[in-house]
Amino acid sequence: MKELMNLFFSFVKIGAFTFGGGYAMLPMFQKELVEKHGWTTEEELLDYYAIAQCTPGVIAVNTATLVGYKQKGFVGGLVATLGVVFPSFVIISLIAAILNNFADLPVVKFAFIGIRACVCALILDSVIKLGKKAIADGPALGIALVVFLLAVLFDVSPIILVVAAGLVGLLVQGRKFTK
Amino acid sequence: MIFLKLFYEFFKTGMFAVGGGLATLPFLKNMAGVHPDWFTESMLLDMIAVSESTPGPIGVNMATYAGFQAAGVLGSIAATLGLVAPAFISMLLIVKILDTFKENRYLQAVFYGLRPAVTGLIAAAGVTVAAGSLLVLPYSGDVLSLFNLPAVGIFVVVFCLIRRFKIHPVWYLLLSAGVGVLFGYLPL
Repeated sequence: MKELMNLFFSFVKIGAFTFGGGYAMLPMFQKELVEKHGWTTEEELLDYYAIAQCTPGVIAVNTATLVGYKQKGFVGGLVATLGVVFPSFVIISLIAAILNNFADLPVVKFAFIGIRACVCALILDSVIKLGKKAIADGPALGIALVVFLLAVLFDVSPIILVVAAGLVGLLVQGRKFTK
Repeated sequence: MIFLKLFYEFFKTGMFAVGGGLATLPFLKNMAGVHPDWFTESMLLDMIAVSESTPGPIGVNMATYAGFQAAGVLGSIAATLGLVAPAFISMLLIVKILDTFKENRYLQAVFYGLRPAVTGLIAAAGVTVAAGSLLVLPYSGDVLSLFNLPAVGIFVVVFCLIRRFKIHPVWYLLLSAGVGVLFGYLPL
């Protein structure tokens, strides 16, 4: 029971402090799930993101379900998922009911200039940490760079990039199997 | 029964909006056309603004807001659960497959390719966020006015702090929000 509570509140915290959706959630995932609780590893987080990218639904929910399930089975997955959507639910309902002009308030706009800049710094830090784990050799570095450039310059769909990278991985590593 | 209908419509959205977040937008547009009594297309802009300027996954925020507009608090519960259900179910299936084939070397090889790719994708998402927050676009020809200087300052300082001190990201977010407000109200 205590572990379920921990799961729920950890994901509430993640949901409450993620600004800008899926990828911006990564620094929170690293801190809460990898560093603080040891529920998952950075490699596994990357695997979850890859899976989330090619399956239906919101990345945050996909990851919450996978991490929760790994800890406490079906109930764990459910608790983590409800936790990650809970803050949205409360905050948005309040805003929809009371503060229709929320996004136009000057104080909100100013706060978000700071928050967005902070999110950039957090993502950069996450990428450095993940890169150290994910990029072990030359081919891996090549995949990372090609995907980055295709995504930034040509706006190629993440699904296509993820599927192609999986195939490249199979080719690069698969050659070693037959030797 | 409006709650079942909301659940069903958002279940479809969750099912087909692959990649999350703003991928839900075309579905909501369509929904506004089919169910004008729920919310209108012009309300969508407000919904996006609010979803992006509140914490939480954007897709979930959009569903909660739309559900609330359509049928109050219960409506937002129905819509959110509908959106989340397909992800939840497909993950339960995938976790079973992963557990079975975890040691399979072909699956390992696929993940060998996926991990750097996802790192690249996250870096690309970072560039998009940076362009939207650190730069003032479109470029007016004046290099100095291209940069949102307070934002660039916060970015540099926070990044140096993160690399040096291992405190929780929450504190950096709160600090940056405060500094942003301070800059906003300073008579510069």
